[in-house]
Amino acid sequence: MKVVNKGINKLDSMSLVTGKPVYTDDIAPKNCLTVKILRSPHAYAKILNIKTETAIKVSGIECILTYKDVPQTRFTNAGQSYPEPSPYDRLILDEYVRYVGDPVAIVAGIDEKSVQKALKMIKVEYEVLKPILDMEEAIDNNTVIHTEDDYTVNFDIGNDVKRNICCSGGFESGNVDEEFEKCDVIVDEVYHTKANNQAMMETFRTYTHFDYNGRLNVISSTQIPFHVRRIVATALDIPKSQVRVIKPRIGGGFGAKQTAVSEVFPAIVTMKTGKPAKIIFDRYETFSAGTSRHEMKMKVKIGADKEGNIKAISMYTLSNTGAYGEHGPTTVGLSGHKTMPLYNKANAFKFNFDVVYTNTMAAGAFRGYGATQGIFALESAINELAAKLDMDPIVLKQKNLLEEGEVLTAYHDEHLQSCTLNNCINRGKELIKWDEKYPYRRISDSKVRSVGMAIAMQGSGIAGIDIASVQIKLNDDGFYTLLIGATDMGTGCDTILAQMAAECLECDMDKIVVNGVDTDQSPYDTGSYASSTTYVTGMAVVKACEKLKEQMLEEASKIMKVEKDTLEFDGKIIYNKDNSITIDRLAQELVVGDGNCLMASGSHSSPYSPPPFMAGFVEIELDIETGNIDIIDYIGVVDCGTPINPKLAKIQVEGGIAQGIGMAMYEDITYNTSGKMKNNSFMQYKIPSRLDVGNIIVEFETSYEPTGPFGAKSIGELVINTPSPTIANAVFNATGVNIRNLPITSEKILMEMMKK
Amino acid sequence: MQIKCYINGRLFNEDIEPDMLLIDFLRNLGFTSVKRGCDTANCGLCTVVVNEKAVLSCSVLAASINEKHITTLEGLEDEAKIIGELIANEGADQCGFCSPGFLMNVITMKKELENPTDEEIKHYLSGNLCRCTGYMGQLRAIKKYLELGKDGE
Repeated sequence: MKVVNKGINKLDSMSLVTGKPVYTDDIAPKNCLTVKILRSPHAYAKILNIKTETAIKVSGIECILTYKDVPQTRFTNAGQSYPEPSPYDRLILDEYVRYVGDPVAIVAGIDEKSVQKALKMIKVEYEVLKPILDMEEAIDNNTVIHTEDDYTVNFDIGNDVKRNICCSGGFESGNVDEEFEKCDVIVDEVYHTKANNQAMMETFRTYTHFDYNGRLNVISSTQIPFHVRRIVATALDIPKSQVRVIKPRIGGGFGAKQTAVSEVFPAIVTMKTGKPAKIIFDRYETFSAGTSRHEMKMKVKIGADKEGNIKAISMYTLSNTGAYGEHGPTTVGLSGHKTMPLYNKANAFKFNFDVVYTNTMAAGAFRGYGATQGIFALESAINELAAKLDMDPIVLKQKNLLEEGEVLTAYHDEHLQSCTLNNCINRGKELIKWDEKYPYRRISDSKVRSVGMAIAMQGSGIAGIDIASVQIKLNDDGFYTLLIGATDMGTGCDTILAQMAAECLECDMDKIVVNGVDTDQSPYDTGSYASSTTYVTGMAVVKACEKLKEQMLEEASKIMKVEKDTLEFDGKIIYNKDNSITIDRLAQELVVGDGNCLMASGSHSSPYSPPPFMAGFVEIELDIETGNIDIIDYIGVVDCGTPINPKLAKIQVEGGIAQGIGMAMYEDITYNTSGKMKNNSFMQYKIPSRLDVGNIIVEFETSYEPTGPFGAKSIGELVINTPSPTIANAVFNATGVNIRNLPITSEKILMEMMKK
Repeated sequence: MQIKCYINGRLFNEDIEPDMLLIDFLRNLGFTSVKRGCDTANCGLCTVVVNEKAVLSCSVLAASINEKHITTLEGLEDEAKIIGELIANEGADQCGFCSPGFLMNVITMKKELENPTDEEIKHYLSGNLCRCTGYMGQLRAIKKYLELGKDGE
């Protein structure tokens, strides 16, 4: 391969690194109205009265909207394919507010000062209701969070909203109870992962205006332009044909922007006033009025015989979706289905779940999407099982590991066609020097160095649901335009998709122009989430390019007056043994007279979601007097099939590990007793700085996935999954203490050590 | 109130509100490389240089820069391209939103620290957050940048 599997720089690199105006707020017109939101101070309340008469008189204020002014059509902000699995439980503004931060009024004015002034002058009278803040108290609580008559779900998701259950379900293969009876050793524990914030550097932001056709244009920092088109149209109760969504460059997403957090607010202002409008969420709002990772409590039971043969695994997950059900029904499944298959040799699997409403900020999508939570639980339990069996966890894992060729019973019976996880484990073990360092070494009176490890999987797109389409045009000078609906959010998907096109068309990268997303012009794509872009959109690129090549051969055969099947294509010329035509010349001939302008489309959806795999290893230094941990080295060895761009893939792994370290060690959204978020800024919610991540070392163990483009699988989400269980394992190896409740803080470690 | 200052070497006479922040002053004038990433002076995205010293423009009043020289990344285009390319070569540009503030601080660091160790580099730049890269690629790029100009390169 000439272009694929090469570390090519991102196409947009130089404009990004030199600070060019390419992001939403940089390109918004100066005459946009400033839009801000008055937010609820109560976790649960009914609005009895809102007085806006004084506020509207503030000089410069254009409009103030309350729940009486918005369409009464419920919708979900979750960016998901039709029919949306998340309940229709939102209005733009509602008479009931269900968490501290829920919108109460929208204010738009000519500048920030006038809007801030007006916000302070709105008087709201609330009937304060008793909130539910603990997810374990949600089911059958006297408080019911969604009492509205027009609450709907699009299909059966095990919803029982009167009991505060957003979604429930489960599956069993084999009989776990019978298998547990036969086991010599059982681990049965509960693991608790917390709500985390995606904390992308660019906060939520959108501007809107009417174009010359009177259509609503939405320019937004989003991962899901096509879903935003639907969500905005539904929320505003206007035809989808009246909405156009454009995605500029995006300052990070990590799932946060798979939910339409900011779009509806300026959109309704533009609808009401006819004027351009812009909303920029500040960091406080981005923390406290966006979406978080779903907090989950997972009860894991694993049984094995004395030799360490795992017989059965059962999991029950309780997931907190917060005040609204965005992504609630879909994240939870991954906590079982994208974890248990790792130990496919077990005879029986069982997985049940409930997703509940509480009066906290809605949860949503965050890299890993439930698998991250499940991997912490399952891998921690497996590591505990190894300790009970007095086995090295690596030996236990390798003994029970899934293998290429197997049918994965806990993964929708998918046939595993590519897997080098065993090699990943072996290589990681070598790099960390496991055999020398396991379990720990005392290095001074107060310091211990220990190692820990965990393995992980994810999917590549949503099988049978995600769909991507691309178009590729031959232009008059013999270069190509690749139109995609997938959304580059810094990850480099524009670049890797161009690499695939260049490989198919056997040309240099500079012959491929990639056009970012505009719903009026780009072909449909579900968006960049669920680790789908490389695998799903990539195959659409391959299909489109193959079609275009056929069309070019067809046209060349007419011009050259030879049979098409005598012709060969080498990227620069089309030829047979007697004659040839350059691609440039062909392209020129096709745009004059009775030519034929060539464009091909490709659309792809996969019945499979082949899992990528990773083995994570850490060496920590633990202070036994304080419980403090420092990361020394973190090793990640990854099977993502063929890395399309090894350089960008490596950065995905390094970045995912760093985020995972934050989740493992300190990221934890917490609320006070009245439901107000305590840590809604970088001052109180710490994300890893460059001093905190140790030395990260990444390698690949390439496999070949036959259903993916050039053998590729996904990488983006997988890489956040190993740090939590890996660090927990290292802490156990240093101290004998199991921390089952994230984050793994020095306080928790020390408290547990003192109990021993 | 009226202030006079030099931005990237060019003279500006502007009428401002006394409570205006330097970040808003600069963005309003079109220096949009200056990004806001937080409201608590934690992220480093808005870093600019005022009279040779790197400052967070979210924490400085525009009124206080009267008669001073401000440099934003727009004024350091050649240097930005050099460092930027090294970062891109590592694949570490990613979303790019933290880049301008980060580059401003890297350029200042090169002037202030002589042959810094990895630890010194990490400490100097610890106020520049990045959520995409895990920092390793940035470190590899910075070390190459600091090597430039040595050995007569």
